[in-house]
Amino acid sequence: MKIEFELNGERREENVPGMTRLLDLLREDMGATGAKEGCGEGECGACTVLIENKPVCSCLVPAVQVAGKQVRTVEGLETSDGLHAIQQAFVEHGAAQCGICTPGFLMMAASLCESEEPVEAETVREALAGNLCRCTGYQKIVEAVVEVVVDATH
Amino acid sequence: MPHTERAYDHVTVHSARDLPEALAWKSDHPDSRVLAGGTDLMVEMELGRVPGHVLDIWSVDEIRGIRERPDGLWIGALTTHRSLVESLLAESWAPSLIEACRTVGAVQIQNRGTLGGNIANASPAGDTLPVLMALDAEVEVASADRGIRRIPMAYLFSGYRTLNIEPDELIVGVVLPEPHSEDRTYYRKVGTRLAQAISKVVMGARIRTRDGLVTEARVAFGSVGPTPVRCVAVEEALVGRPVDPQAARLVAESIQPIDDIRSTATYRTRVATNILEGWLIDLVSTPEEES
Repeated sequence: MKIEFELNGERREENVPGMTRLLDLLREDMGATGAKEGCGEGECGACTVLIENKPVCSCLVPAVQVAGKQVRTVEGLETSDGLHAIQQAFVEHGAAQCGICTPGFLMMAASLCESEEPVEAETVREALAGNLCRCTGYQKIVEAVVEVVVDATH
Repeated sequence: MPHTERAYDHVTVHSARDLPEALAWKSDHPDSRVLAGGTDLMVEMELGRVPGHVLDIWSVDEIRGIRERPDGLWIGALTTHRSLVESLLAESWAPSLIEACRTVGAVQIQNRGTLGGNIANASPAGDTLPVLMALDAEVEVASADRGIRRIPMAYLFSGYRTLNIEPDELIVGVVLPEPHSEDRTYYRKVGTRLAQAISKVVMGARIRTRDGLVTEARVAFGSVGPTPVRCVAVEEALVGRPVDPQAARLVAESIQPIDDIRSTATYRTRVATNILEGWLIDLVSTPEEES
């Protein structure tokens, strides 16, 4: 099936056979390899992307369902003005070790930055509960996210 | 970029645009699997159970949303767990259901998983199912030929992962009766961690008291048998008397837990009994006028 959707602000048309996963469409067919496959069953959050600004696990989304929607991946975070504030904070806090979980955390945090409700430092850990870091580098990740998200939403 | 052939390429997917179209297609393809947010179906496929035909209902907007109706609060089958968590209307009608939705997976899963899907998947561990039972919820199902009918949650599950609904029917909504001012409700999930955990034991309960006596009781558990189950023996023991925590001892009579990778039957029976007893003790120590 042919679908049209927006990837990081750019209109795209792709052929999507059967139950093709959004993750495979992005990585294998469109060359957007930012989203990573960890568990493939919605537990680890490494494949987190935003559909209509809502974080989802792209391994669990059939690509046909993004027809007509806006999809954002980590490739779309940086703009001509430079890194997104959350990317900059990850750099400054050293919030990446092996890096596999990083794009998922960044997208989850980017969606928090755009939250209409103020996000408090105490609730950041709960909001990040669907993203796992096997290097267990949570402390620096949480510090980076708290620094940016609490400011951005108050 | 060249397209590599993948395992799910050959599944026939029909994306319905509205409810009549979805029902007509389901009637013509009764063996098809229904796709809503995909959080269960996609995992099943990863485990090798790839269906031949899929009916995609994600765009059927008529069965999405939360509305007050004369007969109760209607929650469309496609309403996501996250939409429920964010709904003040749903919170005011059924705080225990909202608490349950908050414990489903994590935000990424709550954004895709739907209430109708949690019911249709019929997992004995479905987090919302014991709560819906305790609230006396009814499930609306529809078919092209016979229109809409309603099934009380208590009669919905016929066996392990099977529902008393016909192959041409779709779950379209859930109806919650109006909350009663003398009701107190409860939700409790016991899992390995707070997020992303499948329940070892999950409980939904509701107790109505008048003049110090229990007039109605509902106690339901998940993950302690082939289907979510109501503990009728406990409910009957509670009614007609002041709240009696001792009634929790009858939980073991109503459940059939097994040993599996998440827990053991012994642990589940003990914990199910304890979480009910703990709540009943709390009710005794906080009489309704103070709660």
